[in-house]
Amino acid sequence: MTAFLWSEFFQQITSGLAIGSIFASLALALVLIYRTTDVINFAQGEMATFTTYIAWSLMNHGLSYWPAFVLTLLIAFGGGVGIERVLIRPVEHRPEIVMIIMTIGLFIVINGLTGWLWGADPKAVDSPFPNKTIDVAGVAISTQDIGTFCVCIASVIVLWAFFRFTSLGLAMRSVAVNSAASRLMGVRVGWMLALGWGLAAVLGAIAGLMAAPTAFLDPNMMLVIIVYAFAAAVLGGIDSPIGAVVGGLTLGVTVNLLGRYVDLVGEELKLPTALAVLLLVLVIRPQGLFGRVIVRRV
Amino acid sequence: MLLELRDVQARYGPIRALHGVTLAVEEGEIVALLGANGAGKTTTLRAVSGTVRRSGEVLFQGKPIVRRSPEAIVRGGIAHVPEGRGLFSELSVWENLRMGAYVRGERRTLKAEGSRIFGYFPWLERRRNQQAGTLSGGEQQMLALARALVGRPRLLMLDEPSLGLAPTIVRELFQIVKELNEKDGLTVLVVEQNANIALQAASRAYVLEVGKVAISGQSDELRRHEGIRKSYLGY
Repeated sequence: MTAFLWSEFFQQITSGLAIGSIFASLALALVLIYRTTDVINFAQGEMATFTTYIAWSLMNHGLSYWPAFVLTLLIAFGGGVGIERVLIRPVEHRPEIVMIIMTIGLFIVINGLTGWLWGADPKAVDSPFPNKTIDVAGVAISTQDIGTFCVCIASVIVLWAFFRFTSLGLAMRSVAVNSAASRLMGVRVGWMLALGWGLAAVLGAIAGLMAAPTAFLDPNMMLVIIVYAFAAAVLGGIDSPIGAVVGGLTLGVTVNLLGRYVDLVGEELKLPTALAVLLLVLVIRPQGLFGRVIVRRV
Repeated sequence: MLLELRDVQARYGPIRALHGVTLAVEEGEIVALLGANGAGKTTTLRAVSGTVRRSGEVLFQGKPIVRRSPEAIVRGGIAHVPEGRGLFSELSVWENLRMGAYVRGERRTLKAEGSRIFGYFPWLERRRNQQAGTLSGGEQQMLALARALVGRPRLLMLDEPSLGLAPTIVRELFQIVKELNEKDGLTVLVVEQNANIALQAASRAYVLEVGKVAISGQSDELRRHEGIRKSYLGY
């Protein structure tokens, strides 16, 4: 056993925050769709992978990173809106199980389509951040981690401001609270739901793009990350946006520390640990850290 | 005529709720819609706002609106305060008011209408950051009314505003409605179980029975009507 080093401990925390911010973005996408359309979107990770491939193709055709990044987000937005309009809308008022089957089907279709279009061998996606470390009080932090964290958290803040301060954001929130009343206020509810899917797809694309440089891009890239995102969303409370972010960051740091310092967990048992968290939350506190307890009025 | 219904029918799935309602509301009037439970009062309002499947003719300012979506009808100037008020309970008072102004572009509208609304409901301004769901029943009804007014409707439809409220609050509420009518010329169509208070506020009323208009007339006329006195006024 090697000696405990504080600097390494802090390094583990910062890289945990970076990976956690990716979980947070994806978890927030899940919460967004859950709050607007009441669906657990099992295809969220595959949508993210697919859009990351689009970014890879754009860069492969000579576009530099940030233009490709922005263009990908726009495409993701259009794709999310399209999926809601074409596939989710027709089953909107059907029982939950129909919706679940729909998103699982979507998962399989997008996963297959990705493999068919781009093949199964992993592709290398460039990182937009320089590959070096910054020394902060003796702790070496990689710029990759800092960049990832900043991009994910910035997107969360932009989204929060959108919901808080704009008419459109307020209208989307009103639909989540009481869609019948929203219609009476003149809100076009159907479009708000589509918009929710569009924004969720954008968040997913950001998560995918941030994960790609370290995870390597293959058709199953997000398979592991989406499980962490589910665990994060449940930990924070599946209907709570703040919960998703806090849950994602907490999970990222926790899993990283456990993997490093608890020999039993190591690299291999990180994912089962996340699942254990998920189960534990569901048993002990089903509403999560920030979620509402559902009280049914009779 | 501001609003006209001609032989309007409506159904919930296989169940017919309106069997041909014909009524009219003139600009500047307060009209009450009375009747027992299940007579079709709420459905009549929903047939106007487009939130129930309906057929027949619904004319607003002379134009047919029966094929329009609820969103388009609100934009046209009809505000519907539904049964149970339809507040956004998890949003703040202020955010609820913002939603009332949504059809007209919330920021500009609230700036223009805010002071007028706060003149009628001064306490709203002090409690603008409170969550709407934590207000008392009477306050919630007032907020629902205020929210409808922010959008400057031509026609205000209220569905049982007195439900579950204390008599003093009900009087206060109808006082405000009357004031809005007299000062701002607001046209109101109000559904009520409480026929007493409704006939005091309204100039005319329709009585619905099993999905049809059974009796109609001036309020004071109806107050003297024996059948109405026995069935709805209780003396």
